[in-house]
Amino acid sequence: MSAILEIEGVTKRFGGFTAVNRLTLDVKPGERFGLIGPNGSGKTTLINCVSGSLPVDGGRIRFDGQEITNLPAHRRTRLGIVRSFQIPKPFTSMTVLENLEIPLEYAAHRRAREADADAAEILRAIGLESKAHLRPAGLTQIEMRKLELARAMAARPKLLISDEAMAGLSSAEVDDILAILFRLSEQGITIIMIEHIMRAVMRFSERIVVLDAGERIAEGTPDEIVRNPAVEKAYLGE
Amino acid sequence: MRRTAVVLLVGLAVIAGGILVATLRVNPYLYFAGYVILQYVVIATAWNILGGYAGYVNFGTPAFFALGAYTAVFLIQSMRAPLPVLILAGGLVSALLGLGIGYLTLRLRGVFFSIATLALSIVLQAMIINWEYVGGSRGLSVIRPSGPPFGNYVTFLFTVMVGLAVVAVIAAWLIERSWIGRGLAALRDNEEAAECMGVPTLRLKLFATTVSGFFLGVAGAPFPYYVTFVEPNSAFALDYAVNALAMPMIGGTTSWVGPVIGAVLLGAAQQLATVTISSEMNLFIVGVVLVAFVVLAPEGILGLIRRLRGR
Repeated sequence: MSAILEIEGVTKRFGGFTAVNRLTLDVKPGERFGLIGPNGSGKTTLINCVSGSLPVDGGRIRFDGQEITNLPAHRRTRLGIVRSFQIPKPFTSMTVLENLEIPLEYAAHRRAREADADAAEILRAIGLESKAHLRPAGLTQIEMRKLELARAMAARPKLLISDEAMAGLSSAEVDDILAILFRLSEQGITIIMIEHIMRAVMRFSERIVVLDAGERIAEGTPDEIVRNPAVEKAYLGE
Repeated sequence: MRRTAVVLLVGLAVIAGGILVATLRVNPYLYFAGYVILQYVVIATAWNILGGYAGYVNFGTPAFFALGAYTAVFLIQSMRAPLPVLILAGGLVSALLGLGIGYLTLRLRGVFFSIATLALSIVLQAMIINWEYVGGSRGLSVIRPSGPPFGNYVTFLFTVMVGLAVVAVIAAWLIERSWIGRGLAALRDNEEAAECMGVPTLRLKLFATTVSGFFLGVAGAPFPYYVTFVEPNSAFALDYAVNALAMPMIGGTTSWVGPVIGAVLLGAAQQLATVTISSEMNLFIVGVVLVAFVVLAPEGILGLIRRLRGR
C-alpha cells in the first residue's frame, strides 16, 4: 500500500539549532500512527512543517501523491491535512457552533446554511451539543479539547494530526478522547497522534516512531517500542 | 437577498435625506460641521474593516487620508480633474498603499504592525513636505469649481460626503455578512488556527488592507475643496489617527454600526466643543472618552447594549 503522507529528508533549523534533521517517514492510509519523544525532540516542529505552519529548510513532503512542500497551510488543510493544537486555539469571539462553521465553509466548502446542520451533527457526535451556543471562554478543559477536535473534524480531514490532545486531562477524560479518536479511525481517517501519555499512545497506535533531537531513534509496534533500549535511554538518560 | 435590498433602500433614503437637508439652506455652519462628522463616518468605517474585523490596528490613518487628499491636489493642479475622478483616484492610490501595508502583515503582527503604520505616516509626510508641485511645506491654495449645486460648495460637498458614507457603510455591512467577514473574524481571533482551518489568511488580510485604504483615501479626496488650503500639518493631522481608532472602539468594533455610532457621537461632541469651548478641546475629549471606554466598556457601546440585554 502506498503511503498517504511521505516525509522525505525534511530538515528544519532555528538559527543554529537543528530541530528536525533529515527525517524520512511514511504514514499509510488509515493508519493509527504514534509520534513520541522527549520534550524538545522535534515532534511539534515536524507537525508544523507537515501542516504548513513552518517552511522547511530541506527535504520534501508529499500527501496523497501530491507534492505539498511549498503549499501554504490553508491549501494543505483543503487537501485533507488537518491538525489540532497542543494549546487549544479556539476562535474566541464566536460560539462553539460558529467555530466549526469556519472550517466547514473554508476547508470543506460547505455553504453557510448547510454548514449549520453539519456543525450541529459533529457537535452531537463529540458530545458538545449542549454547548453549541456558548463562547469558548465558558468551556472546561476537556470541552476545550473536544472543541479543538470537533473543529478539526469539521475540516473533513483525510489525515488528522492530534497534537497532545490529552495533556493535563484526567484518566477518564483521556479515555473519552481516545474513544473519539478510535471512532474517527474507524471512519477511515488516518491519524497521527503526538502524545506524552504513554498509556494512550500505546493503546491507540498501530505503529510508533520515536524522535530524539530531531532524528528517528526507533520505529515499531507499541510492544517493540517498549522493549527498545534506545527509547529508554532517550527518555531516562543512561 | 431581501436583506440586501432593504439595506440598499435605506442607503438611498439616507442619501435622499441628505439632499433634502441640503436644499433647506439652513445655517451654513451645519453643513460645514456635518461634513466633518460624515467624513469621520467614512474614516471610522474604513479603519474598522482592518482594525475591527481583521484585528490589525492601523495608526497610519493620516497617511491614507492625506494620500487621498494629495492625489486630489495633484489632479487638480495638473488637469483640474472633476470631483468624481478625484474621489476615485484618491481611493485607488490609497488602496495601493493599503495593499503594500498588507504585505507587511506577513512579518509584523500586533503592536509591531501598528508602529510600522505610524512610521509610514511620518515617512509619507516627509515626502509631501519636499514635493513642491503639491505645495511642499508651505501648502497650496485650491480654487473651488464655480457654480456648485445648492448654491454653496460646502453644502454640495456635504451631500457628496453623505453618499460616500452610505457607500462605505454598505460595503462594510456586505463584508461583515459574507464569508470574507467570517474569515476575517477567525483570523482576528487566532491567525494560526484560522490558516490551519483553511482560511487563506494572507489573501483576506490583503483584501482588508486594500479596501480599508481605499475608503480612507476616498474620505481624503474631497478635503482640498473643503478646506481650499492644503498643507501637510493639517492633512497628516494626528486627529485622524486618534479618531479613526477611538470612534470604532467607542461604538464597538465587531459590527458595521459601531464605527457609525462612534463617529456620530464623538464627531458631534468635537464639533460642539470646537464652537463652545475651544478647538484645542477636541483631542482632550477623545482621550478622556477613549480611556473611559477602554476601562469600563472595552466592547464599546454595542457591547454595553448587549450586556444590558443579556441581563
